[in-house]
Amino acid sequence: MRLKNIFKELSRYPSAIIGLVIIALLLALSVYAFVTIPYKQAVILWRGGEGIWYRNPKYAAPAWTNYFRREKLAESFHLSSLDGTAPKTVTPGETMDSTVITYTFDYQADGFPSDIAIFFTTVYTDKQPFVSISWLTPDGRNIPVFSGAIEKGEAIYFAQEIKLQRKLAGLSPEQGLFVADPEAGLTPPVKGIYQMVINGYTFTKGSSVDAEMVLYGKVSGIAGTDHLRRDIKVALLWGTPVALAFGLVAAVGTTATTMIIAAFGVWYGGWVDGIIQRITEVNLVLPFLPILIMVGTFYSRSIWVILGATILLSIFGAGIKTYRAVFLQVKESPYIEAARAYGAGSLRIVFSYLVPRIIPLIIPQLVTLIPAYVFLEASLAVLGLGDPTLPTWGKVIYDAQTNGALYKGLYYWVLEPAFLLMVAGLAFALLGFSLDRIFNPRLRGM
Amino acid sequence: MSEAAVPFDTKAEAEIKRKATANTISRILRYTVVRLFVLFITVTIAVYLTVLIANMGGYVDTIQRGQIQESVSMALATNPAFKMLSPEEKQSQMAAQIAIQEKRLGLDKPFAVRSFLYLKNALTLNLGRALQMASDSGSKQVKFIILERLPATLVLFGTADVFLFTLAVTVALSLSRKYGSFFDKLFITLAPTSAAPGWFYGIFLILIFAALLHWLPFGGMVSAPPPDSKLMYALSLLQHMILPVAALTLSTIFLSAFTWRTFFLIYSSEDYVDMAKAKGLTSRSIERGYILRPTLPTIITSFALLVIGAWTGAPIFETVFLWPGLGRALYTAVGLYDTPVIVGSTVIFAYLLVITVFLLDIAYALVDPRVKIGGGESRPQ
Repeated sequence: MRLKNIFKELSRYPSAIIGLVIIALLLALSVYAFVTIPYKQAVILWRGGEGIWYRNPKYAAPAWTNYFRREKLAESFHLSSLDGTAPKTVTPGETMDSTVITYTFDYQADGFPSDIAIFFTTVYTDKQPFVSISWLTPDGRNIPVFSGAIEKGEAIYFAQEIKLQRKLAGLSPEQGLFVADPEAGLTPPVKGIYQMVINGYTFTKGSSVDAEMVLYGKVSGIAGTDHLRRDIKVALLWGTPVALAFGLVAAVGTTATTMIIAAFGVWYGGWVDGIIQRITEVNLVLPFLPILIMVGTFYSRSIWVILGATILLSIFGAGIKTYRAVFLQVKESPYIEAARAYGAGSLRIVFSYLVPRIIPLIIPQLVTLIPAYVFLEASLAVLGLGDPTLPTWGKVIYDAQTNGALYKGLYYWVLEPAFLLMVAGLAFALLGFSLDRIFNPRLRGM
Repeated sequence: MSEAAVPFDTKAEAEIKRKATANTISRILRYTVVRLFVLFITVTIAVYLTVLIANMGGYVDTIQRGQIQESVSMALATNPAFKMLSPEEKQSQMAAQIAIQEKRLGLDKPFAVRSFLYLKNALTLNLGRALQMASDSGSKQVKFIILERLPATLVLFGTADVFLFTLAVTVALSLSRKYGSFFDKLFITLAPTSAAPGWFYGIFLILIFAALLHWLPFGGMVSAPPPDSKLMYALSLLQHMILPVAALTLSTIFLSAFTWRTFFLIYSSEDYVDMAKAKGLTSRSIERGYILRPTLPTIITSFALLVIGAWTGAPIFETVFLWPGLGRALYTAVGLYDTPVIVGSTVIFAYLLVITVFLLDIAYALVDPRVKIGGGESRPQ
């Protein structure tokens, strides 16, 4: 069948079109991942800790979930005197310079933020700068938050300020600072313009105080964040090419070798067939996943090593019996006898007459095998044996599982990678099934 | 086709029948023995390969050596007599102790010998002592750790497999009876969903029925603390098994029912079925004797692969459902880097697979008259 004809045939099956469209979209997503986040950067981002991701909240749902909520959750934002988003004025004095940094923001969320943090960047020689921080609510109250000396690179997390909590009638500061009256308990946050003012005093020449304020919301980005404040988007994007490549290479590698081995076995028969059959039997009782787990634990978790081991273990897999059964039938066909009669050699018969005969059977099988390997890669990652450097879908599920995402109600964390896995798996399965019907018309009517 | 046959007198007929039965039984017995022998060789090779993979490059040896060194130095450090010795004497004492221990464990022999030593140990289930894990009874023996968890795995997968087989055959038969109907088309449409493994459906089921609806538990085998009475224990076990069995079923039923239904359809388009119809047999007896019967071997082969797939997926499946079985022991061992348990579980999985293959082989022999029972020459074809 010509390629053009195949496409023409395929277009008659809606499921095939859906499958092809999804595969095309996944390929586009892979290209997008390559272009926007180069491989090295993706690895650095995924392995980077607080240093890279300190501006993200932990366990934040995707920002778009707010569209489906009646009570909008707070989104994260950050203001800094370093990039000018928070105005800073310095007044030189005789013994000390005073710095005033003002952070103004409009708070419109219906829920409280998860925390507020201030990251200081200070320069000084011997005497530490002194700062006092005050909080101005929309209804005109002025709440002193903190006062004290600040070291280089110090960070203040409001949720951990015990003194402030006492001042707020025992309410946790990230909530107490937003309610109308802390004494009245936890009431919905007051909406409006808030201001936080940092008054800094420096005592030596050349000293300076700069600070960045981060308000950690409860929603963040397009995909949300995990327990290490990482943006899950990185793993979702990069998981796409990894999954596609692993599935495709493993499926093609296994199917092609299996097919050729089965053909040789059937053609030569006798002890060759016997040995292949015995190897297949041994291979059948080799516990596939536990052995991959051993390889992953003892040697290398690199995705290429795992891929190689997968192919090696699958060559003598169940497929060989299926192909063998078909080859046995084909071997008896008159045209093989004809080929033998005109004096065709064994190699010629195997490669020109046997193998091509079952390619129609192979192609749909190959396509339907791809999801199995995509899920295998995810399975290994979910067992904690994913490639240590690559961010993948399975690793996101692993992190979610080990952090009890389902218990905590953090469904997005599991659903996002699971959705992508399902879509990818389904796309290839749909295409494979349609191909099966085109290439094996005997079953078409059924 | 008794009508067409020449009438026998009843005595001779009974005699022939009796002989045939005796013949069949003896052939099946011979077949069983041969299969057992072949499978024993198969499992030996499989276990040897497992040992080889586990110890490739002497990795297991290194871990064992490290373990010996640590235990010896710990033992000596807590020994008061040892403290009085000079540093050189301490060194030589330690080296001597380590050498004794290594000799005891056979680490001084070449790898080829050691690998067979390990093979013998693995085959006799002498799986060594765990580094970190312990059984609930407190034993450090890998054998006990595994045996303790085996029943949980067997209960779960046994139930699921029996349930799945019955359901899939029933559904496939009813689909083949009225193919082209709405349900038939539904199953064809849903068949691609079987690309996802059981644990994947498990996550969704847990999300819906445990996290959102609170109808069923998140995981585990029985509620904590375990109920005292046997009946309550069984009920609790059943309740905990609903989600895992449902997940395994969901992940395979559509494809199996679809494939098996196609097998049924292929066999029902054979000439002898038309012949049977022409003879006026009831559709029920046609279905049982002329369609189901010849299809069963194919179905059993397909089912065997399915069961084996489920077995090998056990580590991840049990991890997702927090099922305290063999697979989860393997997962825990990976986390703790407990090599003896990892190797031991893998060996046991190999055994489980062999037993499964053996049982299905027997079933195959019973239903497939074409199996040339008891060996014999292969027909020249």
